[in-house]
Formats: sequence, C-alpha cells, structure tokens
Amino acid sequence: MKDEVTLMKGNEALAMAAIRYGADAYFGYPITPQSEVLEKLEEEMPWETTGMVVLQAESEVAAINMVYGGAMTGKAVLTSTSSPGFSLMQEGVSYLAASEVPALLINVQRGGPGLGTIHASQADYFQACKGGGHGDYRMIVLAPSSVQEMADMVALGFDLAFKYRCVSMILADGTIGQLMEKVVLPEQRPRRTDEEIRQQCPWAVNGRKGMRPSNVVTSLELDDDKMEENNWRFQATYREIEKNETRCELVNVEDCDYLITAFGTTARIAMKTMELARKEGIKVGLFRPITLWPFPEKQLREAAKNVKGILCVELNAGQMIEDVKLAVECKMPVEHYGRFGGNVPTPDELLNVLKEKLINK
Amino acid sequence: MINEIVIAGFGGQGVLSMGKILAYSGLMEDKEVCWLPSYGPEQRGGTANVTVIVSDERISSPVLNTYDVVVVLNQQSLDKFESKVKPGGILMYDTYGIHKKPTRTDITVYPIDATEATIEMNNSKTFNMIVLGALLHVRPMVTIESVLKALKKTLPERHHHLIPLNEQALNKGASLIK
Repeated sequence: MKDEVTLMKGNEALAMAAIRYGADAYFGYPITPQSEVLEKLEEEMPWETTGMVVLQAESEVAAINMVYGGAMTGKAVLTSTSSPGFSLMQEGVSYLAASEVPALLINVQRGGPGLGTIHASQADYFQACKGGGHGDYRMIVLAPSSVQEMADMVALGFDLAFKYRCVSMILADGTIGQLMEKVVLPEQRPRRTDEEIRQQCPWAVNGRKGMRPSNVVTSLELDDDKMEENNWRFQATYREIEKNETRCELVNVEDCDYLITAFGTTARIAMKTMELARKEGIKVGLFRPITLWPFPEKQLREAAKNVKGILCVELNAGQMIEDVKLAVECKMPVEHYGRFGGNVPTPDELLNVLKEKLINK
Repeated sequence: MINEIVIAGFGGQGVLSMGKILAYSGLMEDKEVCWLPSYGPEQRGGTANVTVIVSDERISSPVLNTYDVVVVLNQQSLDKFESKVKPGGILMYDTYGIHKKPTRTDITVYPIDATEATIEMNNSKTFNMIVLGALLHVRPMVTIESVLKALKKTLPERHHHLIPLNEQALNKGASLIK
C-alpha cells in the first residue's frame, strides 16, 4: 500500500491520513468547503477496520467539546471545519490549550467575515496565529500548499501536539481542500493500545486502576499565583516550540532581487509568478512559511538580507504582512497584495502587481 | 510538455467528470496532474468549469488565467473563455446552441457536433466521452489506452461493462475532427 500514488482531493487526503495515522476519533459538523473530510471518513468506515470513531456532532460547539473530552483521555482526536465553524469552536480551543491536552484542529478557510462565501480565503490567519479564543495561548499552525502536504501534516500535527501537549492546527483553504493532485498516503499505523497511551500520556484521565493518584485535567485555577505559574509553563512550552519547530520553504532566494512571501494556495500561485518573472529576467524568490506559528522569522530575515523589496500576497486584507514586517524589521519596502471574499489572484496578476508596487517604483 | 486546460459548460454535462478522467489518464502515464473544480452553488443548474493540468514537469499554480486548451460546451462558457486561450492555443466547442461563434484568428478553433453525435449513438450520457475523444485527437496529451485504464481504475466494478461503450464514444469523438 505504501508507495501507491493516487489522485484525491485535499479534503479526502486529510481524512485518509487521519485513518492511516491511527487516530482514535473524529468529531465534526459539515460545512463547505471541507465537507469531504467527514464524507470520506464515513465512506471509509474506519470503525470497522482500525476502530476509529467517526461522529457527526450536532454542531461545531459540540464537536470541539467532544474533542476536548477525547483528548483528555490521551486519545488522538481531531476535528475539521471551515471559518464560521471554527469561530464557534473558539471557547473550546482556549480550554484545550489551557488544559495542555494535545489535539488536531483543521480549518479549511472560506471567505469571510460572517457566513461570507464558500470559496478560498486566508482571512483567519490572525484567528489561528494570534489566538481566536481568550487568554495567552498559542497553537502550532501548519499551512499546507499541496494535497501531499494535507496528508503529511496530519501526522506532523498530531506528533507535535503530543510532543508539546499543545493544540496543532492545519490552516488550509478552499482551493487546497477541493484541489485534486497526486498523493502518496502514509502507511497504516495501528492505533495506540491503552497501555501505550498510559506510558506516553501519564497525565491522561483514563482510569488509575489503583496504581497512581487521580489525574485531573482542567482549565480552571482560581488561585492567581497558581494560574500565573501555569501561564509561565505554557509560555516556556511556546518558547521551546519557537526554538525547535519553525518550518519554511525557500525557492530561488540565493540571487533574488525581490521576494514574494505567501503561504498555502497563494504560495502555489506565486511560484508560477516567480517562473514568469524569471523568464523576463526579473530575479524573484519565494519565501513560503510552512509553520505560520511559530513564524520562521530568522529564516525570512536571512533570505531577505539583500533584496530590494518584499511583496506579501495573501487572501486577506493584510495579516501575515505584520509578521513579515516584524521579521525584516522594515529594513526594505514591504508591500501587500490581497484578494478577498473567495477570490483568488492569477499568476500574471501578481506579476503586474510586483512590477507596479516594487519594480517600477 | 505542459497542458493547461479548462473545460466549461452546464452543470450535468459531465464537465467535472471529464476533467477527472483526463487527470486520472495522466496519472496512468506517471505525469504530473491537477484538477481544480469550480464548486458550490454555481454547479446547481448553472455553469460549471474545471481546470486540468497534465504536465511532464512539477506543477506550480493550479490557478490559471490563460490556457493552452479551452473546451466549451455552451454559449456562456464560450463568451467567458474565448479570450483566455493563449495565442496559438486551441479552442474546441460543441456547436449545439451556439449562436455567436468565436472570432479569434490567432488560435486554432475546432467546432464539433458532439450533441448531435450523442443522438447518433443513441445515448446522451456518452457526451463528455465524445468531447474527450475529440480533444485527445487534436491534442494527444494522453493515449486512449490510458483513458481506458483510468476508467477501469475509477469506475466501480459493476459499471465496468460500460467501458466498451465509452471506448466507442471516444472513437466517435475523434471521428468528428475533419
């Protein structure tokens, strides 16, 4: 099974990768453009093979609280939704983070704000990276830009969540969710046994069997000093993640005069813009953050050292650009180009913008 | 060789599945492929279109503005996509219901009587395979053998008896090109 190349949608790849990872449960509620995740899981019926639970909850609020409950027991649990649904989940996300339980959340973004449209958007960058729920918490945010990455980031997201006892998020968008591409799925891993979970997650609430004191998982701590201590512990974990887990892709940055920064679908479009520009003799490079949080600021600073200007392309009105500007300390012009509401720019459109905003200035 | 293609028509004409079969056929030949549908409300009775890229090289952007090959199956799609054919590219359209013909002279235009051919075949469901047959005749980016292999792989076994009919439709499509 391992090396077979198949063709599937990004959303389907998420579902298949969750089964192959040996996930214990999926809880979700349908919403375009990510409904194929739940559909594919129900079609595959993993409860009959790996024993994975797949449940359509009555709402996104219910789904995230089911995730919370499952995650407390040390199980590998995930949910997926799209922008309005993820807004509904924010209380639960904050509780998950404060309780230090690992979980994988997926947002296949659509155009907002409000119910908005059903087409691709990246307007939830702030919500994902700066905290959509209350309190000082962070999630590891992974931004896939191909169907293969949709599949690969399920395992990566779960592994990081368990390593740091934190929440991982895959921040995709409608285009990557609906796009069909070649993908090689990971090998089927068995679900962890109760004994393995007991060893890997000594904090989990899964029955003490008379062997140890009771575990308590909660986000409530009414003693201010203790809650401050908790916060310091969360922050220490986040610093550790920042140190170890930044990921990015750099293309043609060695000799570039101009740098485009983009993630997800826009990075794919910008890749073509870069090819078009290079055909015209304009030296363009691409910086694609793979982790949006932690943001790969050192790598960007290094890549941007000698460039004349940066164009930050996003499907929003300017969100990641704040992190780009902080990373390069505004030492060169940083321009933004955004499309919203489900609209996506084309490669030649970006080339024109690059010329207009940076090159012919 | 890179083939950047858009197929556009009414929802229900088999636009998306034709694109899918083309993409799978590329997969059968180990090519790089991608398939990006227009999705959502516009599929319900309105127009549907799909971008398919079949390439020997790594595919960068799945989102395109101009295409090597444009296949349109109704007037609205013709109006929308005629200007998006790259100079020297191919525009193929089904003649049925077309009252305003394409005017560009810097591209190769192939009008095909695909709807009429379905009547001759006595099966309206063969429509998209007829169009695919015509397309592959003028732009043989994948072989007919690969298309049949792709059908065998993607169709559930209970529908495999329809593969010979699909092969006939592909041949019928090829014969429409004069």
